Amino acid sequence: MSQTTGQVTEQPLFDGNHSFGSITRLISDIPQQETPKWWYIAFGISNLLMGLLIAMLVYLIWEGTGVWGLNNPVGWGWAIVNFVWWVGIGHAGTLISAILFLFRQGWRTAINRFAEAMTIFAVMCAGIFPAVHVGRIWVIYYVFPLPNSMQMWPNFSSPLLWDVFAVGTYFTVSTLFWFVGLVPDLATMRDKVKGKLAKSLYGFFALGWTGGNRSWQNYEKAYMLLAGLATPLVLSVHTIVSFDFAVSVIPGWHTTIFPPYFVAGAIFSGFAMVMTLMLIARKIYGLEDIMNIKVIEKMNIIILVTGWMVGFAYIMEFFIAWYSGVEYEKFAFINRAFGPYAWAYWIMMTCNVITPNFFWFKRFRTSITMSFILSIIVNIGMWFERFVITVTSLAQDFVPAAWGYYSPTWVDILTYVGTFGLFFTFFLLFLRFLPMVAIAEVKMELPQAKVEYYANGNSDKDSANN
Amino acid sequence: MSTTNKKLHCILAEFENPAVLIKAAEKTNKAGYKKYDAYSPFPIHGMDDAMGLKESKLGWIVLFHALIGFSGGLALQIYTQVIAYPLNISGKPLLNLPNFVPVTFELTILLAAFGTFFGMFFLNNLPKFYNPLFNSERFEKVTDDGFFIGIEAEDGLFSEEKTAKFLEDAGAVYIEKVYED
Repeated sequence: MSQTTGQVTEQPLFDGNHSFGSITRLISDIPQQETPKWWYIAFGISNLLMGLLIAMLVYLIWEGTGVWGLNNPVGWGWAIVNFVWWVGIGHAGTLISAILFLFRQGWRTAINRFAEAMTIFAVMCAGIFPAVHVGRIWVIYYVFPLPNSMQMWPNFSSPLLWDVFAVGTYFTVSTLFWFVGLVPDLATMRDKVKGKLAKSLYGFFALGWTGGNRSWQNYEKAYMLLAGLATPLVLSVHTIVSFDFAVSVIPGWHTTIFPPYFVAGAIFSGFAMVMTLMLIARKIYGLEDIMNIKVIEKMNIIILVTGWMVGFAYIMEFFIAWYSGVEYEKFAFINRAFGPYAWAYWIMMTCNVITPNFFWFKRFRTSITMSFILSIIVNIGMWFERFVITVTSLAQDFVPAAWGYYSPTWVDILTYVGTFGLFFTFFLLFLRFLPMVAIAEVKMELPQAKVEYYANGNSDKDSANN
Repeated sequence: MSTTNKKLHCILAEFENPAVLIKAAEKTNKAGYKKYDAYSPFPIHGMDDAMGLKESKLGWIVLFHALIGFSGGLALQIYTQVIAYPLNISGKPLLNLPNFVPVTFELTILLAAFGTFFGMFFLNNLPKFYNPLFNSERFEKVTDDGFFIGIEAEDGLFSEEKTAKFLEDAGAVYIEKVYED
């Protein structure tokens, strides 16, 4: 590697001493290989689950929301829990692609494409729930400010409507950002693939990209601006999701800590989900050089930090409930920990507050097995967090005579299971047909991409290991 | 490479690495060429200055769209809630500006993002599915590990021999004439 004097030699981000050409081959060869057998099996299972989702949605729309476990005090159940959970998972993608870009974190290039794809598909899963929750989905267009014969307009003072705009904008902007990042890599695919159809399809979506510097100049500007726009956007989305709760008067919901607390939780669960998927993908596709242990360690540190933010919020909520002196608030929180839903509360506490602490130790942070197990535990914990917030607050609020207990029905459960089918159907298609690592961006982070590298006779070819 | 009556589009020169490319681009700029570009698999830092490019205009396009999103979003809410169909909802004021913040914000971001996305492709003249450069097989390397400079025949200073010689002197390892067809 670079031995330049008078300069601090940085640890290279990626292993394997790659050249530009070997990076291209490593990533662009994957979509060109024959489809592996496991892919068909996984795709088949995902399709079946997606079919299950469609069946459950059709049944729901046919019969009405009565097929869910909702009852009178508890009007929001699994559907809302799943919505918040999936949207939260979606946050990691934009965080990695936008916020870490603004902070010049080069290692993000190993996972940004991957995480952005995950974001888009997670938001698709999330969007289904509130859409069908309205009950009469055939008039869902009421949420849009469309002129109609009744001359009625949506209520712009309602957090639920803010949510429509927030999630809609988030989905659109994430997709645009993802596509902008994809264009140079689609051009790489266009120039690499042999088949005529594949060449024209990649060529079509590459839009005629040539890599001229006059284009790169605008491209880099656009990338920076999109990152700058997506950063406040990603923070606003979960803030507005938390407004769905915080703007109400329900004890346990009506708290000002919700926006930052929800955002931290979203990043926490999103990183965990990226970790789970990445650890599988790097193994199957042999991307250990790029998605290396240094990247895993950095992600685990983020999981640890956001895990503690979430833990701090849990404790703070308790403190404020006591400090407020409001009987109902105090009861809501004591009831969470020791009431009929105590089991859910303690699952949440164990998964989200206790388990991330393993990552204080370098041995666990750099252990693949540990990262994989903990990433799944974190996502289980974050699902329960949303369950605790949504259900316990509604089930026992003010007058004991109006209390209730909520349990999901089989329709609730199978709908949730089905969303994994939707998610993985799209995710597998992405893995199969698109470059799953941002090729051009990884090249930018190689030492030989910098002009100084060549100052004392190094060359790109020297560092090539093949 | 046949040299029939096809129209010459540009002379394409390949360079070994980003450092040579940036020097060659600087020389091309200094020599007074205007219609040229440096092609690379990834953006190279310092290239904009080497080529003497002005700041991208994209920021202005984005600002314009952001302002439309902001004022349009605000106008939409004020019109629908205050003017078109005033509706008293739990005694809240009709002109409830704090409540209009989230949607105004989201629409600002949305329009600005559209401005960035379409503005970038507009400034880059994309989509452009036919480009004479794609006639060159060698040019396929540009998305892999190739570094090129192409000087267009339409440039005022262009001359087939002199430009080729110039690029060779700038350190090109390979020179090709690219024709339109």
